[in-house]
Amino acid sequence: MHEFDWSSIPNALPFLWDGMKISLEITVTAVIFGIVWGTLLALMRLSSIKPLSWFAAGYVNLFRAIPLVMVLLWFFLIVPHLLESLFGLPRGSDMRLSSAIAGFALFEAAYYSEIIRAGIQSVPKGQMAAASALGMTYGQSMRLVVLPQAFRNMVPLLLTQGIILFQDTSLVYVSALADFFGAAYKVGDRDGRLVELLLFAGAVYFVICFTASRIVRYYQNKLKTA
Amino acid sequence: MISMNKVSKQYGSFHVLTDCTTQVQKGEVIVVCGPSGSGKSTLIKCVNGLEPFQSGEIIVNGVSVGDPRTNLSKLRSTVGMVFQNFELFPHMSIIDNLGIAQTKVLGRSQEQAREKGFKLLDRVGLREQAEKYPGQLSGGQQQRVAIARALAMDPICMLFDEPTSALDPEMVNEVLDVMTELAQEGMTMMCVTHEMGFAKRVASRVIFMDQGRIVEDDSKEAFFEHARSERAQQFLAKILHH
Amino acid sequence: MAYNWNWGVFLQPTATGGDETYLGWMFYGFKMTIALSLSAWLIALAVGAVVGVLRTVPNKWLSGFATAYVEVFRNIPLLVQLFLWYFVIPELLPEKVGNAFKQTNPILQQFLASMVCLALFTSARVAEQVRSGINSLPPGQKNAGLAMGFTLPQTYRYVMLPMAVRLIVPPLTSEFLNIFKNSAVCSTIGLLELAAQGRQLVDYTAQPYESFIAVTIAYLLINVVVMFGMRWVEGHVRVPGYIGGK
Ligand SMILES: Nc1ncnc2c1ncn2[C@@H]1O[C@H](COP(=O)(O)OP(=O)(O)OP(=O)(O)O)[C@@H](O)[C@H]1O
Ligand SMILES: [Mg+2]
Repeated sequence: MHEFDWSSIPNALPFLWDGMKISLEITVTAVIFGIVWGTLLALMRLSSIKPLSWFAAGYVNLFRAIPLVMVLLWFFLIVPHLLESLFGLPRGSDMRLSSAIAGFALFEAAYYSEIIRAGIQSVPKGQMAAASALGMTYGQSMRLVVLPQAFRNMVPLLLTQGIILFQDTSLVYVSALADFFGAAYKVGDRDGRLVELLLFAGAVYFVICFTASRIVRYYQNKLKTA
Repeated sequence: MISMNKVSKQYGSFHVLTDCTTQVQKGEVIVVCGPSGSGKSTLIKCVNGLEPFQSGEIIVNGVSVGDPRTNLSKLRSTVGMVFQNFELFPHMSIIDNLGIAQTKVLGRSQEQAREKGFKLLDRVGLREQAEKYPGQLSGGQQQRVAIARALAMDPICMLFDEPTSALDPEMVNEVLDVMTELAQEGMTMMCVTHEMGFAKRVASRVIFMDQGRIVEDDSKEAFFEHARSERAQQFLAKILHH
Repeated sequence: MAYNWNWGVFLQPTATGGDETYLGWMFYGFKMTIALSLSAWLIALAVGAVVGVLRTVPNKWLSGFATAYVEVFRNIPLLVQLFLWYFVIPELLPEKVGNAFKQTNPILQQFLASMVCLALFTSARVAEQVRSGINSLPPGQKNAGLAMGFTLPQTYRYVMLPMAVRLIVPPLTSEFLNIFKNSAVCSTIGLLELAAQGRQLVDYTAQPYESFIAVTIAYLLINVVVMFGMRWVEGHVRVPGYIGGK
């Protein structure tokens, strides 16, 4: 039976915290860009301009069909080369963090756009008609009437997707970027205490995600009864 | 056949049933009525143990329903129940709806079950629909199937919980006709219903409930001609004027 | 852009010698992905069905256990779970079992850890679908089953589960797709499935675009096949006349 020795964790806490900051940075930026880009995609998808809606449909279906790991590998192994050769950047500049954020944002946008599209479609058609009847343009009706209602209902789903994204940030492991999980793995590997560090990482993720999902559920229930 | 003695039930501090006492003899038809939320469904579900109750006693055919040692499944297989929303099993054909409990609960053979099923479908006038699915029948037809399904178990008594209130008006009578026929054949029945015409025609007694209590428990003549409580009079005035 | 496209690279023998081609590598990865995902899916369905049912039973202990199960597997990242199964669990098992595991063929070790990880991770999601399927049935159905004299297990078996399963075929389709996508995570412990082979090709050949495009297309292909398969299943379990069950 394994003999536990947790002593390497306290000293490693600052390093682990740096990792956690990277995880959170990726999560927050990717959520924001993902929602913005996802909203645009949803609007394109619902627009009556065929090429736009085809593009959005193609984009969403493509990203939803391939594994996140593949997307991240594309962004770590290939996109930097592409950018280097396109813009003549110096070879080997470290673009791992920005590629990670870009990869996550573009990937998550596909999922966000589906949530947002469903949200927009759940707003009764009469609302759009009523807004137009008041003389608003399509853009105004969307921005002032439909989207605010849609977002209100979608907030829990968007947040839940954010929690999933936070979990998924651990996959930047494939680029050896020291996010929280990467940091924990490095410490465990260095000190020969992989068992303890992995258990610790699992527990930390569990506590954060469990708490966050409870808060989302609380909010969801409040929304329902309101 | 059914005897209830001081049955009470509460959800937290809310009293759904309070001291309900009544007797149903073999062959009697009892109509239970009362305003919405008065506990009619709860009362009738206590009879076959679908709703647990905290105190009092219910004896069905000599078996105590509240006794934890009672084999409730066995008891329920002898008591037929018909629901407001039919509750046919949507993934099975009509004939299979009638057969499933016969084979799985009573252990009858497939052939016996089908034969019995067809006989009962004949009786409710739906033999041609045997191979269809519940979703393909009208509400009235579904409810007749539901009655046939309960009868397939050869029940010693039947419970009805507002069997016609989810039906379009033109389908109410086809279901009431089946129930009337059943009553005339001597089936013991407890029916929650607001169909006062049906009550006048076939009921032996009428129970009126209000706020979880049995307020009136009388012969139908007594109930309709001179209900004692004010609540019952108001209720009758409202319902009979429609 | 000075990139030399060369789709012929797949037919070249690999740099590691032998008479294998890069296409052979890809195909090996493809088979690994399929075998891993399908075996994990079967386990996930079985375990998920049981846990999902337990979440709905009127017994505090059983439903509490099932809730805890789902929460644990849902709130820890898949990658962390995989590392726990691969690096940690064998250490925590009784010495004999742990050593037996560590002495088996490394590919088998990777495969087993990956399979168990994906299966249990997915089973929690399947359980949630099963639970919501059961809860979305009209509440009277359970009573109707019980009133006919079915025991509670019989009511689940004959009345509730057959309908619940039909209702959840569409959401299960997306879980089924997810398990193929999630299997790519297993490349991180060295399992040579599709994504890992794609990565190897990048390392061994100078043709990163071709290999990644090929791998991506392979995933798209899996997606399309699964979607058609599940649509076929959906059509087959359709209940005549049932609205909402389509
Ligand atoms: N699970 C429950 N928890 C709390 N209260 C309940 C529950 N089930 C029923 N009740 C309450 O018990 C009371 C009696 O319900 P019941 O369904 O028996 O009424 P009913 O007379 O059949 O009414 P209706 O005519 O509307 O069917 C109602 O006030 C209802 O709100
Ligand atoms: Mg009722």
